[in-house]
Amino acid sequence: MKRYDLIVIGAGPAGLSAAVEAAKRGLEAAVFDENDKPGGQLFKQIHKFFGSKEHKAKIRGYNIGKELLRNADELGVKIILNAEVVGLYPFKEVVVNIDKKVLHYRADTIVASTGASEKMITFPGWTLPGVIGAGAAQTMMNIHGVKPGEKILMLGSGNVGLVVTYQLLQAGIEVAAVVDASPQIGGYGVHAAKVARTKVPFYTSHTIVRAQGEKSVESAVIAEVDENWNIIEGTEQSFNVDTICLSVGLSPMSKLFSMAGCELEEVPAKGGMVPVCDKYGETSVSGIYAAGDVSGIEEASSAMIEGRIAGTAAAHKLGYIGEKEFLAEVKLQRESLESLRQGMFAPENKGKVFTETEEGYQISGSLLEKGYIDCKEIDEYPGVKSKEGIHPVIECTQNIPCNPCQDSCPNDCIVVGEITSLPEYKRSEECSGCGLCVASCPGQAVFLINNDIENNYSYITIPYEFSPLPSDGDLGTALDRSGKELCEAEIVEVKSIKAFDNTHLLTMKVPLEYSKEARFFKAKEE
Amino acid sequence: MAKISDRSINLGSFIKREDDSIVICRCEEITKGEIREAIYAGMFTFQEVKKFLRTGMGLCQGQTCEKLVKNIIAEELNISPLETGAAKGRAPMRPIPMRILANDKEGS
Repeated sequence: MKRYDLIVIGAGPAGLSAAVEAAKRGLEAAVFDENDKPGGQLFKQIHKFFGSKEHKAKIRGYNIGKELLRNADELGVKIILNAEVVGLYPFKEVVVNIDKKVLHYRADTIVASTGASEKMITFPGWTLPGVIGAGAAQTMMNIHGVKPGEKILMLGSGNVGLVVTYQLLQAGIEVAAVVDASPQIGGYGVHAAKVARTKVPFYTSHTIVRAQGEKSVESAVIAEVDENWNIIEGTEQSFNVDTICLSVGLSPMSKLFSMAGCELEEVPAKGGMVPVCDKYGETSVSGIYAAGDVSGIEEASSAMIEGRIAGTAAAHKLGYIGEKEFLAEVKLQRESLESLRQGMFAPENKGKVFTETEEGYQISGSLLEKGYIDCKEIDEYPGVKSKEGIHPVIECTQNIPCNPCQDSCPNDCIVVGEITSLPEYKRSEECSGCGLCVASCPGQAVFLINNDIENNYSYITIPYEFSPLPSDGDLGTALDRSGKELCEAEIVEVKSIKAFDNTHLLTMKVPLEYSKEARFFKAKEE
Repeated sequence: MAKISDRSINLGSFIKREDDSIVICRCEEITKGEIREAIYAGMFTFQEVKKFLRTGMGLCQGQTCEKLVKNIIAEELNISPLETGAAKGRAPMRPIPMRILANDKEGS
């Protein structure tokens, strides 16, 4: 029976990070994954990550995945794919189904990073073809290059729902509506705003009543709910869609721990049944660690840090590193993890509704309910200050641990300070109009405004990630934050440089009076 | 939260509901009505319903329906889903054809 120092189950962000960290210290590590490609969800994540530099902010998920795989490869980590772990037994015996053979391995330490699966809700018609998980839609689009449908209703407005909605739009799919039973949008306001300005309506305080169709989904009926989640009669409305995406949460896939005899507990804030772990991710069974979503639903960024901690702890347990190095490394990683777990969307704040920011700014009610900030509210925020000449307008209004705007500005015009603080535009510094802040913001909440008061025009630079890409001189329509058509707009510049990493910068010329409203561009239909 | 200990809950007689025909466990094709009837027959935990009806014993091994079944039990018994217990993790963790499992020479 082959023995490894460390066996990792699941080659996602947490598992790969654990294997890399352990291999760095000299452990012989193997990673089993049931899929035919490694990376877990990372390769589906085509968006830029939030956080700071150390969390790989503003880098797209798949590029983070590529880097992890490269590291694992350089360190000699063995990644075994199409390998289904069917059992985890005493003495850390791992039983794997590889190529129709049941193989047995043993390890001195185990990191199980098996991830999570999508939760479902039931309603009449939920078993019709066309009702799918949002994660499934993401897999179809971003891994297999297949459109999940032509017209979609998204159920759930958490970050997964919002990010997938945006990606559906990028794939050229129509999104009829984003529906959430809660009175507020669950995910980041900036993610909602990206979707709202393309004219996708949000229906908060609404739920699905039924899916209709003969052989597959042909329409979806939604209705308003009252504060006790009861459907209000007479509020039903129907949407002609062929696909209903559910993004109503994730549940940890923790059964392997139960089989291994680890103590488990049901923690609703973590998404369900999770192994009881100490601060290094070690479960009640010595030498078995949990990392990533399986130990509590969070982001890929935190999964990677948890993986690093577990991998380092395994190295320490087996004597590859001393106490001092171990504690120093863990301290560093914990600090990084803590900084990600701050702000309004921190795990401990799950379900909480904030009415004002840490700094005391009012949170826009319109943003929470409809997905966009009302034009009357926008001037209140520290990132939004008008000035003659080119300058950034940062429509970031919730405390999220993220600061690429500050990092990217070569002239120090943007100050975030504490990682969760709202970015502030420092009028005293000169903006060069380079656009790096616009492209680096993972929430696409930064715009450049250049008001030409003399000629009564405003030049507005927006981040743009759709195809076809407009070109100089193209005419179209400027849309406001809600997707409402405002006025005719002319594209005067399209910037696509490598540093922008596939976020293109469109500069459109609009009459001066729309400088505070125009935030998106719709090309003229051919 | 501990598993439900009061086994004397009297639910009265089973009354059909409009949404009883919704399939809850898709792998084993078990409806909400069948699960409700099982609860009326005295199955008060997820594990009991599972052994009675095979909910959660199919292809996905309960990854989709476990939460749904727990919620149905909780609603019928007017208890928290946390009191409906957990499913035990057992091998094989993933569905595996018998001819492959039976060919496991190393483990015997």
